[in-house]
Amino acid sequence: MKKLSMKQQYHVMTRDLDWDPTYVERNQIYPYLEFEGIKVHDWEAWEDPFRLTMASYYKYQAEKDRRLYAVLESFEQNQSHLRLSDGRYINNMKVFLSGLTPVEYAAHRQFAFLARHLGGPAPRFSALLQSIDELRHAQTQLHTFNLYNKYYDGFDNFRHLFDRIWYLAVTKSYIEDAMTAGPFESLIALSFSLEYMLTNLLFVPYMSGANFNGDAATTTMGFSSQSDESRHMTLGLEVIKFLLEQDEANVPIIQDWVDKWFWRGYRVMALVSVLMDYMLPTPFMSWKESFELYFEQQMLDGLFPDLEYYGLTRPRHVDIAIAEKDHYSSNVYWALYQWNYVTAFHTWTPSDAHLDWLSSKYPDTFDRYHRPKWEKAKRIAEGGGRYYNPSVAPQCQVCVIPPVFTEPGDPTRLSVRISEYKGDRYVLCSDGCQWIFEREPEKYIQAPMPTNQLYRGNLGGPTIPEVVAWFGIDEGVQNHDYLMSGDARSWEEWHATGSLIGGK
Amino acid sequence: MSERLVSVDLQESETTRAVVEAIERDNADITVRHMPGLVKLARAGEMVINRGTVEGILGRPWETHEFQLAIVSYAGNISEWDDDQIVIKWEQRAPRSAAR
Repeated sequence: MKKLSMKQQYHVMTRDLDWDPTYVERNQIYPYLEFEGIKVHDWEAWEDPFRLTMASYYKYQAEKDRRLYAVLESFEQNQSHLRLSDGRYINNMKVFLSGLTPVEYAAHRQFAFLARHLGGPAPRFSALLQSIDELRHAQTQLHTFNLYNKYYDGFDNFRHLFDRIWYLAVTKSYIEDAMTAGPFESLIALSFSLEYMLTNLLFVPYMSGANFNGDAATTTMGFSSQSDESRHMTLGLEVIKFLLEQDEANVPIIQDWVDKWFWRGYRVMALVSVLMDYMLPTPFMSWKESFELYFEQQMLDGLFPDLEYYGLTRPRHVDIAIAEKDHYSSNVYWALYQWNYVTAFHTWTPSDAHLDWLSSKYPDTFDRYHRPKWEKAKRIAEGGGRYYNPSVAPQCQVCVIPPVFTEPGDPTRLSVRISEYKGDRYVLCSDGCQWIFEREPEKYIQAPMPTNQLYRGNLGGPTIPEVVAWFGIDEGVQNHDYLMSGDARSWEEWHATGSLIGGK
Repeated sequence: MSERLVSVDLQESETTRAVVEAIERDNADITVRHMPGLVKLARAGEMVINRGTVEGILGRPWETHEFQLAIVSYAGNISEWDDDQIVIKWEQRAPRSAAR
């Protein structure tokens, strides 16, 4: 018997398994497809270029896992964590585990919902595979970081931290904003804006940077995840083209969502900019370089001319992102550094060599606007102190980042916007977040801002030690400067003695 | 307007080397950039991966689905992915409003 082609197999084994209901109405089976105002006339027009069947999906996913777990086993056997560029590197993975892994799990749930509720068999099938992928990502990340949990502090409490700590509210609010949107908006949010437009910035150049710092485990985990992402990217691109093609009335709705979710996703990437520019002890590619290559060149110059055909334009406020790329990582790392007593990872004053690298990557701005702050922090550290900001800041009502960004045209002025709604004043960090807030104020006023909750007495008590304990941070162990940490002591002992005595 | 770049980022491995060689052979004027753990291929307009070329270099059967084990990311639109080839390109179309 002749073997079926990929195209035939895909049709027989996925799309053709669908049927038309006879004794219930379609909208009883799929009740969420109309309230967002999106019009779909023909679900059959959905194309999935990957053309996977369950059999081929499991075959290749199993192979990906086999390869990954062989690397993890080898990493463990060879004590490869000792050959990382520096003990500071571990803090990257603490941010990743507490800030991103719970998002992967949440995405698994959201795509399971979409796999049930989208109106056509092809997108339901793509969503089903993605749901399984996201679960795999959460699991492979946990297994990878388990290698570090055995030797370093700060990995054992990530799920609790995710629900409580102020800077993790950034990723938590992002995914919960998407999950509480309708099915089409959540697809534009997660599949298009995040997976297609922005995740490259985390999973490609940053993972290459992890490799550069000797972390074969995380690199392999990251690229293994990202090989699924390329399928998710395809879903994202198909979603947007499909919806734009189905009805011209969809175009302005989609444009609003692209505008909103570009900016929401871009603000989440602020944490990635810090990892790239400051927290990889051996830096690899700057935030600015990766933003230019993976976003400006590939998305703005590559993708958007395709979307113009449908009448879609570049995301609103993208020019602000371009204008602040010289300052993004420096403003955010400075915030994490000065509030390091309420973070569940360590920060440190960049070395002179690292400052020189930043100067070389940001030649027009770094020495003038950012280096002097670090020189001052270094003088304080040399005198035996540590610069902290003892006051608390408000958070942006949309992205939940304190307003630490500067005006696009003036890096000496903080960017703060205030919106009034029903007699209350809300702080926003930027024109982008203000636009999002004012478009849906009823949604965003419900977001519990960490600082407001602190003043209401909801974070364990009025003092910093009480708040630190409520966050779930192990005081003196997980927070403060790397130089004062148990991780730093262990790292030095291990390398001095050649054994794993001591440590955690 | 000059032709826009399409690209694929592949994980470094023994098999990937054969795939990269096949892509270089079948796509004139392609640029190859090596980063730690990663190889990035970029080309103006379009990129094609042919099963036959990959198999010739690998010396064993290779199904196009196997490309999933190598691919980390891409820029462009996967316009074809069948048993024999994968084609990544942008759609070169004038804006819909202008076409009317």
